[in-house]
Amino acid sequence: MQYLPNFLFAILLIFGIGFFVKNIKKLYRNINLGKDIDRSDKKSERWRNMAYIALGQSKMVKRPISGFLHIIVYVGFIIINIEVLEIIIDGLFGTHRIFQGFLGDSMYGMLIGIFEVLAALVFIAVTIFWIRRNVIKVKRFWNKEMKGWPKNDGNYILYFEMVLMGLFLLMNSTDIHFQEAGIGNVISQYIAPLFDGFSNGSLHLIERTAWWIHIAGILVFLNYLYYSKHLHILLAFPNTYYANLEAKGKFTNDKNVTKEVQLMMDPNVDPYATPEEGAEETVPEKFGASDVTDLNWVQLLNAYTCTECGRCTSSCPASLTGKELSPRNIMMKTRDRLEEVGKNIDSNGGEFKDDGKQLLNDFITPEELWACTSCNACVEECPVSIDPLSIIMDMRRYLVMEESAAPQELNMMMTNIENNGAPWQYNQQDRLNWKDEE
Amino acid sequence: MNVPTMAEMMAEGKKPEVLFWVGSAGSYDDRAKKISRAFVKILHQANVSFAVLGTEESSTGDEAKRAGNEFLFQMQAITNIEIMNAYEVETIVTCDPHSFNTFKNEYPELGGNYKVYHHTQFIKSLVDQGRLSIKDENLNGKRVTFHDPCYLGRANNEYESPRDLIRRLGVNLTEMKRHKSTALCCGAGGAQMFKEPEKGNKDINVLRTEDALETKPQIIATGCPYCNTMMTDGVKAKNMEESVEVMDIAELIANANDL
Repeated sequence: MQYLPNFLFAILLIFGIGFFVKNIKKLYRNINLGKDIDRSDKKSERWRNMAYIALGQSKMVKRPISGFLHIIVYVGFIIINIEVLEIIIDGLFGTHRIFQGFLGDSMYGMLIGIFEVLAALVFIAVTIFWIRRNVIKVKRFWNKEMKGWPKNDGNYILYFEMVLMGLFLLMNSTDIHFQEAGIGNVISQYIAPLFDGFSNGSLHLIERTAWWIHIAGILVFLNYLYYSKHLHILLAFPNTYYANLEAKGKFTNDKNVTKEVQLMMDPNVDPYATPEEGAEETVPEKFGASDVTDLNWVQLLNAYTCTECGRCTSSCPASLTGKELSPRNIMMKTRDRLEEVGKNIDSNGGEFKDDGKQLLNDFITPEELWACTSCNACVEECPVSIDPLSIIMDMRRYLVMEESAAPQELNMMMTNIENNGAPWQYNQQDRLNWKDEE
Repeated sequence: MNVPTMAEMMAEGKKPEVLFWVGSAGSYDDRAKKISRAFVKILHQANVSFAVLGTEESSTGDEAKRAGNEFLFQMQAITNIEIMNAYEVETIVTCDPHSFNTFKNEYPELGGNYKVYHHTQFIKSLVDQGRLSIKDENLNGKRVTFHDPCYLGRANNEYESPRDLIRRLGVNLTEMKRHKSTALCCGAGGAQMFKEPEKGNKDINVLRTEDALETKPQIIATGCPYCNTMMTDGVKAKNMEESVEVMDIAELIANANDL
């Protein structure tokens, strides 16, 4: 019976981490449903971007208030995790504050002191985040796509963090020896008086309860990530690493189109030639993208990384003028569809069974896609280097090249280019008339 | 106006320093043609040896590409590249950031490798080399705000050349709240120029014009023929055309230098 708590703790830990690993595998599988794209070049630039943008939060602070608060939560989150290490060791071996012995009172006191201050700061920052979302109602958290689950998800995460930080401080406040020793109880010493008059027994019970709920809460939170926008705390790192490094104005040249155009324009090609025996079949399934599996894996990683902060949408000219398009929603819908495809594969023994749906029309409408000005404001704004524009462009390519479904005016523009080399109906022979028109 | 073509130059056995890519707007749009002429005047004043393709010029295909028609884009690109490579073009300058962007970033993979300049970059280099000076008396003290074209700014990180030139005009350059990397699009990009906007509660060019009007400008400076159209329409929509002019930087310089 003596080892029952250790045993329970080990089980909790194994389940918590095991379930998390299972979901991470699923995440990896789903991202790899995307088409291949080579992002193995320029490694040093990629590491640098990851260090500046993800680790260094360089783009977060472009909006100073939320950026500053976010850094507090982020630093707090990372540093307080050192304490989780102690909790795990204590839990497994039945020790209590094992680092205190290792590090000595002064060092340990300093560490815990820092944790306590950070916990309090995180609590305050998260509270301000909650107020921004729910009381001040910052506009980007109230766009049309932020209803139901996305809205609740944002708040649940804040509640989680408040509760976890609160439990950490409560645990310290009711730890009799810790308070008596008076080391590192920078914040908790002000909470401890609330429990004056409690018997040692009840204090110990509160302390143990807080300790257990705290660690259980952390494991639950860890497993909540996969279902939440909060995955960014992990994926921001690979996402900034694998991000596009080219000029933002450079859109990909579809290689399959190049092949076909070269064939069309090469006078030496025999159009009736049969492909050589064993020659690689190069005709692509389709041009552009109509479903998530037509996108590349970086675009799918983007979708899972999006934390729905809405900076993109709040800077998108189409969104700002009331159009249906919202770049954030493009990412959210891509993720929703990807999840749906993933579940479909899981329930059909590892193979995707046609469900009569696709990303285009069932999730993202042509109206949204055609409202984009390709201005790159969304790409510029994203604090974790997500590229919604590339998805919009791939889907436009499908609409135009596979379905000839461009708006009528654009079809006219393209016909004009084909016929007279300009988007308007002017004669190419008049192209230089401007020089004498003054 | 003397605007030699590559064909004429070649017939004379000459090769110009730079190809001026006029672009479809600069060739056919009445407002943009003025920008083309202003730029040519500047090239003449700086004694730049240049030529245009004239009737051999065709759409870059950029607007087709942004609309999703990769076939048409690549057809146009490969045709243009064949012509430019036949003339052994090395350097291109254009007043259109969209042409600038596609030449610089998308043509190389298809076999077109050129040094590409936006006209503001090119004029700045003329000034830096001492080949051109910009008079600062004529526009002295006027309030000017600059609208960043997306395909020059965010797309290619060029924010300084146009501003450098504007400052040389001796004007009072006042930035909009959204400028440089946070500049709002004029609403023409991504082939929007050629279609009606989707339904919403405002036109993008009007919103952007409001940004500009907040700075109480006498002149809204642009560096793109499409932005110019959108901002001009925006100023009209706000009934401000009496007091606010929309001018390309090339036009401002041509005016300042009494060209």
